[in-house]
Amino acid sequence: MTPNTPIFPQGASTYSTEVDILFYVYLGLAAFFTVAIFGLVTVFAVKYRRKKATDVGVEPQGHATVIEVTWTVLPLILMLGAAIWGLKIYVQQLTPPPNAKEYYVVGKQWMWKIEHPDGRREINELHVPKGEDIKLKMTSEDVIHSFFIPAFRIKVDAVPGRYNTMWFNAAKTGTYHLFCAEYCGVDHARMIGRVVVMEPHEYQEWLSGTKVRAATATGEELFVAKACNTCHRPDSSARAPILNGIFGKEVALLGGKTIVADDEYIRESILNPGAKVVSGYQPIMPTFKGQLSEEEIIQLIKYVRSLSPGADKGVPKTASLAFSSSAEAHP
Amino acid sequence: MSENSTLAHHFDSYAQQKESASLGMWVFISQEIMFFGGLFLAYTIYRWRFPEAFAYSSNELDIGLGLFNTIVLIGSSLTMALAVRNAALGEKNGTVRNLILTMLLGSVFLVVKGFEYAHKWQHHLIPGPNFQFSGPDPVHAQLFFVLYFSMTGLHALHMIVGLGILAWLTAQAAKGRFTPENHNYVEGVGLYWHFVDIIWIFLFPLLYLFGRHHLT
Amino acid sequence: MTSQHESAPALPEKHYLSGAWSPQDWLLTKDHKRIGILYLVGISIFFALGGLMAVLIRMELATPSGDLMPADVYNRVFTMHGVLMVFFFLIPSIPAVLGNFLLPIMIGAKDLAFPKINLLSWYIYMIGGAMTFYGLLVGGIDTGWTFYTPLSSGYATGPVLTVAVGVFIAGFSSILTGLNFIVTIHRMRAPGLTWFRLPLFVWGHYATSIIQILGTPVVAITILLVGAERLFHIGVFDPKIGGDPILFQHLFWFYSHPAVYIMILPSMGVVSEIIAAFSRKKVFGYKFVAFASIGIAVLGFLVWGHHMFTSGQSLYAGAVFSFITMLVAVPSAIKVFNWTATLYKGAIAWDTPLLYALGFIGLFTIGGLTGVMLGTLGFDLHVHDTYFVVAHFHYVMVGGAILGFLGGLHYWWPKITGKLYNEFWSKISAGIIFIGFNLTFFPQFILGYLGMPRRYHSYPEEFQVLNILSSAGASILGIGFVIPVIYLLASLANKRYAGNNPWGAVGLEWQIPSPPPTENFETPPVVTDEPYTYPQPDEKEAPVGV
Repeated sequence: MTPNTPIFPQGASTYSTEVDILFYVYLGLAAFFTVAIFGLVTVFAVKYRRKKATDVGVEPQGHATVIEVTWTVLPLILMLGAAIWGLKIYVQQLTPPPNAKEYYVVGKQWMWKIEHPDGRREINELHVPKGEDIKLKMTSEDVIHSFFIPAFRIKVDAVPGRYNTMWFNAAKTGTYHLFCAEYCGVDHARMIGRVVVMEPHEYQEWLSGTKVRAATATGEELFVAKACNTCHRPDSSARAPILNGIFGKEVALLGGKTIVADDEYIRESILNPGAKVVSGYQPIMPTFKGQLSEEEIIQLIKYVRSLSPGADKGVPKTASLAFSSSAEAHP
Repeated sequence: MSENSTLAHHFDSYAQQKESASLGMWVFISQEIMFFGGLFLAYTIYRWRFPEAFAYSSNELDIGLGLFNTIVLIGSSLTMALAVRNAALGEKNGTVRNLILTMLLGSVFLVVKGFEYAHKWQHHLIPGPNFQFSGPDPVHAQLFFVLYFSMTGLHALHMIVGLGILAWLTAQAAKGRFTPENHNYVEGVGLYWHFVDIIWIFLFPLLYLFGRHHLT
Repeated sequence: MTSQHESAPALPEKHYLSGAWSPQDWLLTKDHKRIGILYLVGISIFFALGGLMAVLIRMELATPSGDLMPADVYNRVFTMHGVLMVFFFLIPSIPAVLGNFLLPIMIGAKDLAFPKINLLSWYIYMIGGAMTFYGLLVGGIDTGWTFYTPLSSGYATGPVLTVAVGVFIAGFSSILTGLNFIVTIHRMRAPGLTWFRLPLFVWGHYATSIIQILGTPVVAITILLVGAERLFHIGVFDPKIGGDPILFQHLFWFYSHPAVYIMILPSMGVVSEIIAAFSRKKVFGYKFVAFASIGIAVLGFLVWGHHMFTSGQSLYAGAVFSFITMLVAVPSAIKVFNWTATLYKGAIAWDTPLLYALGFIGLFTIGGLTGVMLGTLGFDLHVHDTYFVVAHFHYVMVGGAILGFLGGLHYWWPKITGKLYNEFWSKISAGIIFIGFNLTFFPQFILGYLGMPRRYHSYPEEFQVLNILSSAGASILGIGFVIPVIYLLASLANKRYAGNNPWGAVGLEWQIPSPPPTENFETPPVVTDEPYTYPQPDEKEAPVGV
């Protein structure tokens, strides 16, 4: 093997080592069972090879229930143990620490668009500081993609119509592969990029050295440009709920239910305003479906969030990982 | 082996042939249940997720026609059951008469369904580019109608196939092909017809009735 | 038991192949044995086509830059490889060919319960296959065999509808086969043939049939909805028009995970038969092996969510699916242990079918263990949708299902055709397949762990060495698959007759002439023994076979 051909992947996140240990334990068990089965089969095949054409096998005497139960229960215990261990890692992988820096990712045939917490954008590249909790909220503009960083031992699907979350804490500086892992059409194999982990001060330098890309307007500008502010405004003639301070809070809906105003709900309210109307208001808001890109929607969500300082902690951490994005509405 | 033409060569007895035919039909029906099951699951999930849209959409359906059709279909199940009984007793004319009645009632159901579909067409409730819905959340109202047309359409397709089989069965019955020992085809088709009926018994409340209380 | 040493076996005077041979005698036959042969022709064609696609895939991946064909073509090639192999080869292979041929004989029946439906199922299969083949001819589709929405319903190009309808139609062939088997096993058993006297091959097919009946319709309706969404632009799965793409995944995997067991359970049945016959022993823990088949079929329906750990499904759902996945691995482990124990103190003959069966045990063990790894949540997030998955399911599908099929074909070929094939070449090719297979797919485990995603047309250069190993293995594997075609066809022309029972095995199929007569049994058999009952050494008065 040349040095260019690795056998073991790089590990560069805080949980990558534990995934590896789990893998090695599995590898040991698998090797043991494979060698044991292959070995026994070979030994038996050689030792009990038929000598005469008329030979028949010797039937065992007595009951074999003890043996059967043993080799039923023992693997089961081993596997359940591994499953519990795997679940423990999974919980860790799926639960972002509360104060993680929030990045947005939009998958699109065939590129990754990434936005940093300060609004800076990149395509197919993700620069992150080492040793900090990084949370990625991702969705897709078209088909399902999957954001995969092998060195961090993590991947999460970017599914159109919902926000999935992933997080990591890069433990080592360096440049790592970023792949799309869910087949997404013609140039699936070219939807790749890199993740650059930098020392925090380098990251700061990098941030100040790159311009904020102004491809789209900021959330506040969009809020005015799309005339959201004509109804969502803090005075008596408002025909729509005031958005200040609502993020992360429960709001009462028409029909008696409540819902937590999170990313998903704001997104739904922009695209499909009639679906969950806040109690006390008329369903008069027009849909903005087809008029906003996923990135613009994210800008708007970030703007609405900015109207509720310090509200992030109120959002259930696994909210976006529920089977249904709106499951919280109907507990 | 073939001294009697209604016992297939590979069966030992009429009893075995009859049991095989009836088990075969039951297995086929369990397959059908799973086939519709995919749609019922989709309906359940989407209704649970978009109750308002589904309630408003459900309101567009005509309960009167739905109820009428339900009664018609139950009636056709009755005549089908009578046809099976006639066949078991070797009553050729009764079998033919009741099979024709079954077809008649089945046709009435389809005609009424046709009127309902036409009504939806006029009101732009056919999913697709021309879909129009005045209530809130038209996107998911369209989803309701996708499911409405898939489920009732698939059901109607089963009825149409059933009518074709019934026509063939009636011709066979008129030729006196069914005997008390072997009228497995009548029994099999009977099971199928009842199954199609039962699917409707589930479709009617799910699509026409549930969720209306949202609007009161 | 009945077969005595026959000095010069000859063909029986009348058998199912000796009747009329005009096209309608084959194309309108209701004999389960002839229909089995028809299916063998069908699956061989689709296996060859699918294999050709595999060759193209491995040729493309020999270099990292994706220079052999454009990405779009590559995507069509791997999609068609998957569609053809899964729906038109693996699913029908053992049940529709070997099961069709042997199941009625093994239970002492003259035919399946519904011979016409059996023939109908072949036509449905061929029509579905023809549509899919037409879809391939006019350019193929690039959805992946999984038809994930919204890619398949809104973005993919090519004759998606044609192929989807082809798969939909073929599904009903599978359903009808399962229906026929269930009724036949319930109602057509010979006198004395109780459930626990059934060969394990029959148990395997019974479990398979349950899945075919309960699973296939769900994927059928799902594919229909995808087709409707594509055709009419109505939203069922596409979020742009109100649907949910994850619902598609739930419905799809509800069938397509159990479908894996449609492919492997019959193969396990074959292995049980071969192990018993070539060690001349009862299968150790017969009841455990039998119930393990049913257990796999039932639990197999409850694990579909392990294909969706990265999709954003809830943590609790993930946990439940992970744990049930561990449970479904247990019956598979039971089978492997019991087969191994069966060999203990057997009288083992190293004939070709046994080589395949032993290969199956080893490779299926690896396939199963890596499956358990994939079912483990924390680990799956890393290897999901990588070559680790590709390697895993090829160990189960090729190392398991196809080796089982080949083993069964070699075991019953003398029964089906009445002829013996070339022993030397059959052993050589079994060895070549085993080596070629491992060389092809073992490196893919490493590739997956390193992070190479599946369905990649080009890839970073550091993965090339392992990919070259894999492509080299594939060419060996390809040769291994060609050799049997040659010597099996050649065996038809030779005069080496098999006789009733060339292996000295017990079982109803070995008590009748080879090839069997049209109605299988001259007189209906009566069964008095448990399966695989070989006379023990102290009962020397009843020697077995040659």
